[in-house]
Amino acid sequence: MGNKQTIFTAQQLDAYQVGYGSHFLLFYRYRDLAPQLVPLDYTNQPDVKLPYELIGSMPELKDNPFRQRIAEVFSEDGEGNMTLDDFLDMFSVLSEMAPRDLKAYYAFKIYDFNNDDFICKSDLEKTLNKLTRNELTEDEVKMVCEKVIDEADLDNDGRLSLEDFQNMINRAPDFLSTFHIRI
Amino acid sequence: MPRRGAAAEEVGIEIDEDVSDSDDGANRRRANRRQAGGRGGGGARGRGRGKKADSEEEEDEEEEAPKRRARGGNKRGAANKRGGGKNDDDDSEDEAPKKKRGGAANRRKGGKAQESEEDDSEAEKGKRGKRGGKKGGKEEDKGKGKKGDAKGKDKGKDDDKDKKKKKKKDDSSSDSSSNSDEEEESMSEGEMARLMEEVEEKKKLIANIRNKPWRMKRRLVLLREAQQFVDKFEGALGKGKGRKWYAYKVMMTKKWIKFQRDFENFRTACIPWERKIKEVESHFGSSVASYFIFLRWMYGMNLVLFGLTFGLVVIPEVLMGLPYGSIPRKTVPRAEQDTAQDYSVLMDFNGYCKYSVLFYGYYNDQRTIGLLKFRLPLSYLLVGIGSFGYSLMLVIRTMAKNADVGGGDGEEGEFTFAWKMFTSWDYLIGNAETADNKYASITTSFKESIVDEQENQKDENIHLRRFLRVLANFLITCSLGGSGYLIYFVVKRSQEFANRDDLSWYEKNELELIMSLLGLVCPPLFETIAELEDYHPRIALKWQLGRIFALFLGNLYTFLFALFDEVNSKLEEEQSIKNASIWAMKEYYANYSRLLNDTDATPPPMDPGDVIRGPCWETAVGIEFVKLTVSDIQVTYLTILIGDFARAVIVRFLNYCWCWDLEAGFPSYGEFDISGNVLGLVFNQGMIWMGAFYAPGLVGINVLRLLSSMYYQCWAVMATNVPHERVFKASKSNNFYMGLLLLILFLSLLPVVYTIMTLPPSFDCGPFSGKTKMFDVIMETIDLDLPAFMGTLFSYAANPGLIIPAVLLMVLAIYYLNSVSKAYQNSNMELKKKMQMARDEEKNRRNNKDSTNQVMKDLEDLLPNRSLSPPAPPEPEKTPEPEAKPTKTKPGSAGKGVNLQKDVALASSNPNARGPVDRPPGPRGPGPGPGRGRGRGRGPPPR
Repeated sequence: MGNKQTIFTAQQLDAYQVGYGSHFLLFYRYRDLAPQLVPLDYTNQPDVKLPYELIGSMPELKDNPFRQRIAEVFSEDGEGNMTLDDFLDMFSVLSEMAPRDLKAYYAFKIYDFNNDDFICKSDLEKTLNKLTRNELTEDEVKMVCEKVIDEADLDNDGRLSLEDFQNMINRAPDFLSTFHIRI
Repeated sequence: MPRRGAAAEEVGIEIDEDVSDSDDGANRRRANRRQAGGRGGGGARGRGRGKKADSEEEEDEEEEAPKRRARGGNKRGAANKRGGGKNDDDDSEDEAPKKKRGGAANRRKGGKAQESEEDDSEAEKGKRGKRGGKKGGKEEDKGKGKKGDAKGKDKGKDDDKDKKKKKKKDDSSSDSSSNSDEEEESMSEGEMARLMEEVEEKKKLIANIRNKPWRMKRRLVLLREAQQFVDKFEGALGKGKGRKWYAYKVMMTKKWIKFQRDFENFRTACIPWERKIKEVESHFGSSVASYFIFLRWMYGMNLVLFGLTFGLVVIPEVLMGLPYGSIPRKTVPRAEQDTAQDYSVLMDFNGYCKYSVLFYGYYNDQRTIGLLKFRLPLSYLLVGIGSFGYSLMLVIRTMAKNADVGGGDGEEGEFTFAWKMFTSWDYLIGNAETADNKYASITTSFKESIVDEQENQKDENIHLRRFLRVLANFLITCSLGGSGYLIYFVVKRSQEFANRDDLSWYEKNELELIMSLLGLVCPPLFETIAELEDYHPRIALKWQLGRIFALFLGNLYTFLFALFDEVNSKLEEEQSIKNASIWAMKEYYANYSRLLNDTDATPPPMDPGDVIRGPCWETAVGIEFVKLTVSDIQVTYLTILIGDFARAVIVRFLNYCWCWDLEAGFPSYGEFDISGNVLGLVFNQGMIWMGAFYAPGLVGINVLRLLSSMYYQCWAVMATNVPHERVFKASKSNNFYMGLLLLILFLSLLPVVYTIMTLPPSFDCGPFSGKTKMFDVIMETIDLDLPAFMGTLFSYAANPGLIIPAVLLMVLAIYYLNSVSKAYQNSNMELKKKMQMARDEEKNRRNNKDSTNQVMKDLEDLLPNRSLSPPAPPEPEKTPEPEAKPTKTKPGSAGKGVNLQKDVALASSNPNARGPVDRPPGPRGPGPGPGRGRGRGRGPPPR
């Protein structure tokens, strides 16, 4: 208990506690990634970032084909380097308490590889190739991507906007159960 | 400062609007209350109003929602799409940061304006915290003039508690200026209620803060404020549960969720072989997995049958019946005793095996056994019938349930690929092996869907296709007919041969040879012919199953034919032996008394091994079935071992030193033969059903078989087989397999019922010996054990006059239910069509019109590519506001000062203070984008 008080101020502690039930767990996870970088004292809010290489090697992420995108999306600098707050954000969105819309939004971001706020064919191809480890043939990939756009694209602009994506994902039966990480 | 002024004006406007909204003769009190709500600041307004059930207000708010969202940045936009009341407070708070840029656009409440105020101060001066905010508020009050001014000065830098008091004062002052004392009283009451609402709201915020799409820092700030608010006011309101209670509640929710999860895991862990099957499925597709699921289902069913048979027949007999060797039927005859333990004899289920609990003949016809007066013969018959009843019920129930499932997944076709693409990866996977499986399973499922899709897109010469299909069916019917005739012919010949002794080896084994030859040749032949049809692999599998099933029926037919011949000859034989044995018994006694010259002496019973026995046809039948089952097991396992495993080993290791590529070329690895395995399972089950009555032990053997088969085949398929070339998705319901099973069940029910009802049981073996018919045991029970009236009842029930109407009634019921289900099917189809139409329509509408969905529109506007246009709104938007101000400020002005002040203290958060951290993952659109104007007044946001 004693050392916890030194990590955060009482106020921080309070807030974190309510904001994240398991913040200490998360904090220690964060710190364990790089004990030499992360101070044990967060009372004065040090400016610490962990590089993507460390974040991506977490057991929760290391087998995820989208780990790089996840880190990029949640990090402030867009390159996967995360502060503690980013880190907490990430696990808050991916926790099972997060509402569906929030998850859908971040899922959209994750699958939007080129950050143009639309999921276009190239994004879909990348997603598919990551999911199947390039085991589908060119034709199959092309066909699947066309089908996806055909199914979900409501405004026929040949790409999925956030609206299309939400419309689709809100009806998916197992989106909530798959798009979350336990820690 | 000028901006602050603008904000203050807006507050005025806001209040004014409220009043005009309410519209019913300037209901002062109401207006006041609303103002008070505004004063409360924080996030509680939506709630407070909702309680008052002011519908206009609600509407207004809803209209406002999209706008707010628009301002709220895309992150919030995404999260608020559903926009429930729950989110309202967030919205209002979200707004704050935007207003800085957006020129204090909030028309709604003072509180909001206040927030924006604070934003300003915070943003400008960094983290000045509450102080700054309050100051700002105070200044604002002053700027506004009016009554709030004085109050604001008083309380400007004070605590929240003070504010509350202030609020009251404020109220009273405004009231007194317009109304009587009585009204003042009620006002303060309303105040209390509203305050409580607010506190509740804050608490809710605290509870839900984890769900808000905000960056961490903002969250912390907001949280702190909310907590302070709750702490302070809760004391004032005299209920002090507060934050801790909520923390507790949150904790409990978490625990509950965790518990549910664990429970779910536990339940999954309880499903046997779930992981094995999933693994197979991920590599070989759902079609192969469907076989294993079917196997598991069979295992479950057989386990119940096993429980029935062993629990009610075998174990009572073992525990309470006479021991081995006590009576003739439980003893190996003397002639056989020397060889009774030989391995070969035992393997033929003769010798000790034949005279054991495994077979019908061992059971005694004693009416009751043991201390419990267990009625074994009755139990034997009932278990035999009950097994069938249970199986029938289970199969039919499963079919009905599967049909339900089949109906339910109709609309899934909408987003097959999209869902696969975006929701198939399970983010929980944190283990390389699982991840590998998942990759495989995703790939497989994509391939399955691709096959489906290709099938859908296929459109070539339909006439040619039809012609080919007809041709294929013709060919197959021919070959089926041919093999049927061949079987018939061979069976006839074998009957002839049966009466002759001078048979060659071929003639002796002709029947078996022909049968296995047919079984070997026909399935591949059918498969080849089926190529012509070019069906979807799933449908092709069904055809293949049906055709091989028809072929195997021939097998069954010959087997039963042979069996009945055997039984008939045994029955004849029995008749003579019966006389002989009675005669022998008499001789024995006569000899005994003659030798001893003492007619009174009771002779010792004959040695049970010496008694002359009948052939006991029931046991013979039982042995046939057991032999068949065991040989079937051997053949299956050997086939797997040689056909798959040896082949795989050869292909794998000889490939290093071979002239062509064995893996890619000729032998290659085997594919899993779904149709063969399923049919094997189905026919095996038929054997069990038929044989179980005459060999109770068969069920036990079968359970062992299924159990070992599950592990063995799982291993074999993973180790030695390759996935099908076209991995295809199994139909959702296993109903085709079930249908085959049902057919077999009926087929196997017939001979068993026939033998039970018509053939006389053997006179010296089995539980029914000594009776003319097996079911006499029921009559006996009715007569002896049940009260007399039950007997009459049964005799009535057996009356044809009752049975025929009952049958008629059932037929009618079937007819009725059938037509009802047809009607439902039709309406189902209609509805599906309608849904499809609605979807198309929506799509069209979207394409034609710019957009119908307001929220979506606003969200779109948030996306940076559109909102890249310079954030012009902030300045220009201020201008329209002031115009309205002078006219509308009056009614709310009284409370305003206080109101604002309070808000400063309560919501001094500066959500925006995070500076660089503030942006959501993507580029963020400027808050008051073009969407805002549009958002207003266009009706409630959808959903």
